[in-house]
Amino acid sequence: MITFIPRDKVSKNWIIIAPILSIVFTIFFGLLIFTFLGYNPLETLYQIFVSPFSRIDRISDILVKACPLIIIGTGLMLCFKSNVWNIGAEGQFIMGALLAGFIALSFPNIETKFFLLITILAGFVGGALWAFIPAILKTKLNVNEILVSLMLVYVAMLFIDFIVRGPLRDPMSFGFPLSKPYPEGALINKIPFPGIGFLGQLHYGILFVFLLVPFSWIFVNKTLSGFKINVLGSAPQAAKFAGFKQNSITITVLLLSGGLAGVAGVIEVSANIGQLQPEVSFGYGFTAIIVAFLGRLSPIGILFAGIIIATVKLGADNAQMTMGIPKVVTGLFEGILLFFLLTGETLQKYKIKWSEGKK
Amino acid sequence: MEALILTIIATSIPLLLAATGELIAEKSGILNLGVEGMMLSGAVGALGAVLWLENPYYGIIAGALSGLLMASIFSVFTINFMTNQVATGLGLTIFATGLTGLAGAPLVGKTIPSLPKIEFFLLSDIPLIGSILFKQDFVAYLSIAIIIFISFFLKYSKSGIILRAVGDDHQSAHSVGYPVKKIRWYATCFGGMCAGIGGAYIPLVLTPHWSEGMTAGRGWIALALVVFASWIPWRIIVGALIFGGITIAQLVGQARGWPIPSQLLSMMPYIATIIALTMISGRLSKNNSVVPSSLGKPFFGGQ
Repeated sequence: MITFIPRDKVSKNWIIIAPILSIVFTIFFGLLIFTFLGYNPLETLYQIFVSPFSRIDRISDILVKACPLIIIGTGLMLCFKSNVWNIGAEGQFIMGALLAGFIALSFPNIETKFFLLITILAGFVGGALWAFIPAILKTKLNVNEILVSLMLVYVAMLFIDFIVRGPLRDPMSFGFPLSKPYPEGALINKIPFPGIGFLGQLHYGILFVFLLVPFSWIFVNKTLSGFKINVLGSAPQAAKFAGFKQNSITITVLLLSGGLAGVAGVIEVSANIGQLQPEVSFGYGFTAIIVAFLGRLSPIGILFAGIIIATVKLGADNAQMTMGIPKVVTGLFEGILLFFLLTGETLQKYKIKWSEGKK
Repeated sequence: MEALILTIIATSIPLLLAATGELIAEKSGILNLGVEGMMLSGAVGALGAVLWLENPYYGIIAGALSGLLMASIFSVFTINFMTNQVATGLGLTIFATGLTGLAGAPLVGKTIPSLPKIEFFLLSDIPLIGSILFKQDFVAYLSIAIIIFISFFLKYSKSGIILRAVGDDHQSAHSVGYPVKKIRWYATCFGGMCAGIGGAYIPLVLTPHWSEGMTAGRGWIALALVVFASWIPWRIIVGALIFGGITIAQLVGQARGWPIPSQLLSMMPYIATIIALTMISGRLSKNNSVVPSSLGKPFFGGQ
């Protein structure tokens, strides 16, 4: 029989140990499942966790993949902290990319890179507008934001498919569902390193992450809004007592997280694709949920979590190419990881006591 | 016309089953957002079992067991380790998407025989009504039986009333001496089995082969259906038929070449879900008594 006894105060050690233990357990159980399904566990382990580090350009690809995850994850952190469950970041990502793409394609000859400020802003607006739907329904009519934000993912996927095959299709694309290429001003370039040249796909979009992480840290830890978000999530009664307006916080965090997901969409398309296509996301919006939790809902944590999860994603790509393991397998690791992380959260607040026999 | 009605019924059965299972779990106070994942597991389990044992009925059992397995994972974490139910449910769906992708990979391209229709002597020959009521497959009858059973169970049986008590106020239920955690385990596992059979129905009747993520959001729509039905079992039938109807209407629209782009038609079930939720939630917030009060809250006390 297991009994849980509340701890007097939250264990500090657990905050660091729990994520590490979770990763160890996840690898163990993941490999168990692989072995059970008839894959070579050691080779899988190598492909998923080691092969992404095998070449320098691959390491830079980790950063490229981590970029949207960290941006979206930071936005989701604000939501989850205040107990608002936005799980539609995937849709907000798409709508951000789409609105920015529409603006970019409306100015086919623009060359100045200052134009990027406009497309990124458009991406923020696109994502925020998409998140505004669950926000307004939640606050005005008490409609469950989980279901609404998720349904809007499917709507967004179908919408971009329609736009790219219809109104925005490039007539010169030989029937492929692609828009015209973006103008020079809307493209994010790769970073040239003196003496080395390009490092894989590493692009200037990564600079946004370097700005975002400290900004979000200050926002969460040093501003009144950040404080309100923390209180609302950890002590809703206290927040009510203090007179914090729950609805305005809910709307704020949804708009911010939607906006950030939209920006991630712009950066992803402008840096890596350069035109609109039916699939722009590849599940970043969902993976970022795991990133937010693995990062323990803290900006610095999310930075590391984004890099770890990006590694696994790249590793899964390699495993698909070399071993024929379907790419969706990352979901298996992500799911188990989330289970253990959440258990860690319980153990942070409660001590386990083993006792013999029943009751 | 007859064919159309039959297709609508077939489309609504997975939703019906999954929503009914989730309703029971939610009545006990457990919000399991892993329905989509449990349905996917049911689908892949059924496909595997039918390919192996070459009998579609084993698909139903395999679907139920796969759903049960997923629900047990969910229960261990949310009930025993007291994790956040929303996040764990999401985790379950993500986990199951990965697991089924892996398990389903060897099944790609293989087709299974579909579940046979059960006929009743003479009754099945009545025009229209005969084929709708008396010429369905086993799962269709099973789902109606489950709904009827659940309605009586919740309203009149002692266990049903205890289940509702646990969902409405777990602290009081515990102090009266009911085993809150055990009851929630049972309810969640029942939900998992229903979702698993619902998922199994997709390859067994609707599309007889595996494709990644083949449930296409049905699990999430089922979750919305529970809210739409205001936690009253028979209303799930109405809701499921409406959504089945909308899904089929847009397919028919696409086939007949309505002058609306196909993607916009495909959005209809999802948009309809949002509209339905909005309409119902406005009313629910005025009349809060139908929502199980302990829904989604972990139970810390006891054992």
